[in-house]
Amino acid sequence: MLAEVLLLARKDLRIERRAKVALGQVAPLTLLIVVVFAFALDANAPLLEIGAGGLYWVAVLYGGTLLTQRAFELETEGGNFDDFRMSPIKVHSLFLGKSLSLFIQICALELVLTPAVLLLYDVQVTDWLLLIAAGVAGAVAFSVCGVLWGVMAAGLRVRSTLLPLLLIPVLAPVLLAGSRAFETALGIRADAGWSWTSLMFVIAAVHTVVGLAAFGFLLEEN
Amino acid sequence: MSAVVKFENVVAVAGSFPVLTGVDITVQEGEIVLLQGKNGAGKTSLLRACAGLIRINDGSAQVFGFDMRINRQAPRRYIGLLGHENNLYRDLWAIEHVEFRAVAGGGQRGDAAEALARVGLASRLWSVPISALSAGQRRKVAIASLIVNRPRLWLLDEPHSALDAVSRADLNAILKDAADSGATVIFASHEGVLSEELSSRVVTLRGGQVVEDSSAR
Repeated sequence: MLAEVLLLARKDLRIERRAKVALGQVAPLTLLIVVVFAFALDANAPLLEIGAGGLYWVAVLYGGTLLTQRAFELETEGGNFDDFRMSPIKVHSLFLGKSLSLFIQICALELVLTPAVLLLYDVQVTDWLLLIAAGVAGAVAFSVCGVLWGVMAAGLRVRSTLLPLLLIPVLAPVLLAGSRAFETALGIRADAGWSWTSLMFVIAAVHTVVGLAAFGFLLEEN
Repeated sequence: MSAVVKFENVVAVAGSFPVLTGVDITVQEGEIVLLQGKNGAGKTSLLRACAGLIRINDGSAQVFGFDMRINRQAPRRYIGLLGHENNLYRDLWAIEHVEFRAVAGGGQRGDAAEALARVGLASRLWSVPISALSAGQRRKVAIASLIVNRPRLWLLDEPHSALDAVSRADLNAILKDAADSGATVIFASHEGVLSEELSSRVVTLRGGQVVEDSSAR
């Protein structure tokens, strides 16, 4: 199964390397969001500092949703969805392979966004380990939720508007947990940052189990 | 010879529209069956039903002995489907795409070059993004992607479309070779003489039903 997962993820990442959607389009767009917030709240620097964690995760949420849409566009454009359904690759591998490639792209997005937030919002990291753990936990949760909900919308004509409507409420707890964990990592609040990070891992684990169980059914019913 | 496809009074509904309205057809191993009919006659729907991509609402449908009303995924590993669309990843190179399909289907990466050569795609185009290829060249990549998986049942929807005369003849030779080695081919086409030359049997559909079958003559 691992070989199939890696095969699918490698294919998606190779396409991404050529198309440069994640780094060439989505990352600049999310950077722009961070910059726009910086301009909008400039008059109130302390507010910007307090909101840094939340604004970071809003940008990740937006970028992650776009990347999820893109991940399924690859499989639906040019009639590819039939091939995706006909694929001899096992459905569990399809789910995990898609999740892995999305995870790597969201991590890349986070790597671009983190220094931008630190610089523009003038915040200092007090706990790097927590910051990294929360970033990874958020990326895992985003990717598995994205693939699970992405496949539901993939076969529908209204997928481009439906997916954010489905995905954003589901990811709201990740947004909340990520924001709180980052605020602790940035020394803004002395809160249970690790508990919030653990919550994101739990959300990711639950969606992974549901995804492994339901992905084949969802793929067929599209 | 054994029946690869056995449909009896098959009814399939897409949304609220009946696309197959009582299809009876049995296709034996090694046959090359041409599906004919006007637009909307049910050719594409019959191919997709054989591939298990649409739900069978009534009747009895078996592909490779699998009951398509109970488990329509099971026979897919033996099936190669070429639809109207080419099902290609536009940003991959031609060789990368066929290699991916080969490995995904349990074959070898090295099979890709052989398949691309077989469909007559010039080797200088193998390392070109699919989006930069012409319609005919893309069709060849799609056909090569089927070849590498060595399907036992080929389901082809207008397979000759966008191909030039030489490539059409090449495709016919590929399909004849496949049938000679025991595979079964079912294809829908509006190409008159070219398709009839290839086929061992012609089935005509109208209104989602088989209205004429040359094997019954």
